[in-house]
Amino acid sequence: MELPVLNASQDSAPQGGCASHSCGSTDDQMDHLPESIRQKIYNHPCYSEQAHHYFARMHVAVAPACNIQCNYCNRKYDCANESRPGVVSEVMSPEQAVKKVMAVAATIPQMTVLGIAGPGDPLANPERTFQTFRELSEKAPDIKLCVSTNGLTLPDCVDELAKHNIDHVTITINCVDPDVGAKIYPWIFWKNQRLRGREAAEILIAQQQKGLEMLTARGILVKVNSVMIPGVNDEHLAEVSRVVKAKGAFLHNVMPLIAEAEHGTYYGVMGQRGPTHEELQKLQDACAGDMNMMRHCRQCRADAVGLLGEDRGQEFTMDKIEAMEIDYEAAMVKRAEVHAQIERELAIKEQAKTAKAELIAIQGLKSDKSATRPVLMAVATKGGGVINEHFGHASEFLIYEASPEGVRFIGHRKTTPYCEGGDTCGDGESALDQTLRILKGCEVVLCSKVGYEPWQPLEAAGIAPNGEHAMEPIEEAVAAVYEEMRSAGKLVEATETAQKAA
Amino acid sequence: MAFEIIESCVNCYACEPLCPNQAIYAASPHFMIAEEKCTECIGDHIDAQCVSICPIEGAILDEMGVALNAPGSLTGIPPELLAKIDQQGTAAVL
Ligand code: SF4
Ligand code: SF4
Ligand code: SF4
Repeated sequence: MELPVLNASQDSAPQGGCASHSCGSTDDQMDHLPESIRQKIYNHPCYSEQAHHYFARMHVAVAPACNIQCNYCNRKYDCANESRPGVVSEVMSPEQAVKKVMAVAATIPQMTVLGIAGPGDPLANPERTFQTFRELSEKAPDIKLCVSTNGLTLPDCVDELAKHNIDHVTITINCVDPDVGAKIYPWIFWKNQRLRGREAAEILIAQQQKGLEMLTARGILVKVNSVMIPGVNDEHLAEVSRVVKAKGAFLHNVMPLIAEAEHGTYYGVMGQRGPTHEELQKLQDACAGDMNMMRHCRQCRADAVGLLGEDRGQEFTMDKIEAMEIDYEAAMVKRAEVHAQIERELAIKEQAKTAKAELIAIQGLKSDKSATRPVLMAVATKGGGVINEHFGHASEFLIYEASPEGVRFIGHRKTTPYCEGGDTCGDGESALDQTLRILKGCEVVLCSKVGYEPWQPLEAAGIAPNGEHAMEPIEEAVAAVYEEMRSAGKLVEATETAQKAA
Repeated sequence: MAFEIIESCVNCYACEPLCPNQAIYAASPHFMIAEEKCTECIGDHIDAQCVSICPIEGAILDEMGVALNAPGSLTGIPPELLAKIDQQGTAAVL
């Protein structure tokens, strides 16, 4: 995202500025949001593209029950709405969860957000969820709280949520049409009965929409998640986007269906496919015209701890936590210092970026607009907004699009790190093959280092490996490579993939 | 007159707060129904509450040992396919 220069105040989001256009870089998803909302999501690792390189979130698994069934979920595992399917979290009691959160917050001051996302539906477990929130608001008031839900009981929970000073709620809304819903939800539990089919979908949809309206009326931020299911709701999601935007949702995040037979879900065993990266991006682009899209959601594990994308869960097993002595008063002081330091850094980066963007606007990229085609580039990073991950160690790549308009963030693609993959990962596809597949459509991969072995296959796949920009800020490096490609005359012809990506 | 929870229960807690007789309790390795307390919800609800929310087919049995949520009844996966997956693993559907 593109934040204008930060003024004197350290702990608030930058005000106004650059409002008329997105200066230089076009990846800002918050430009169009009202100031009050920008303030709220300024340093939220899940929503602010800039902050998610610096701040961290965690989830605690205190809510095992669910009150509906989704066709992409196997209830032996975690809620597929917020986490990856096929993962089981160990369910914690609210007391354990509070202990864990405080231990993590004291050890990792960057941890600013605590979410409850499962393993079932948090609001189908109101007592466990709210006990956790209640104790945390009291004992650790500097942690933001968030919750995600399928929405079925949301209207009944709004008062309670408002009480606990919840900063935002995520609702998974896959449809606004009950006929579509009947193909996604086989049943719901409603007023002491199991209801099925269209009738069930109708109630679920009505509850979701009512909950959304009630929350926004109270000024509570609402993000909407949708799972893109080709042939079921893919065409319908643009409509969903319009509706939820009209009702005040601040972000719409379209996630790809992940359906594998071994997950044992209905879609998995029935052979329902997920969308390709191209289909997903096309839909995200189509919806983006309507509202702010979130492209950097990594579908993290519900119990992941640490900076986004980096899992430090092993440091905080229950027995290790029991052994820790936490002085949260002291920790809060340290946390405040660290947060202020990060915000100063963010401000400096923004200043540099704005200056740079102006420079580019004057002499470079902007001058011969539309003369060159857009290019997708993959970036390997451990965080911090710089290129600092070895190609072979990357378990995910950030995808950026460079065009005459500037550099914008497109999304994440996950893979098995090439160096850990061994020869094959089960189904005969090697880790490198998998990486090549997920990088389809990219023409460059930027990383701190690329080994000799993958070099050749990468080039053969039309992806130029590039280790020359190690430790450089991502967007600057992407812009620089784009400029190199332009001056080498590689960008004149508009290819079909590039047009699709545009 | 009582229902029974068996080992396929995934300990999701969904049924426990719904029981009008507090017959259901968390236990290891899985939730249990106290036989003497369970009334099959008769007199309280039209449908047995635990059976109506349980997401796992076959996890709750009636007095005769018959699954109250039959294979395929909750997920919509055809029972023949489920049987095949049970025998041959998910390779059966690939
Ligand atoms: S709401 Fe979550 S836990 Fe419940 S069925 Fe859907 S994906 Fe599974
Ligand atoms: S059938 Fe009714 S009374 Fe018996 S355990 Fe289930 S919920 Fe309780
Ligand atoms: S609802 Fe079913 S799976 Fe969940 S605890 Fe009760 S019996 Fe077990």
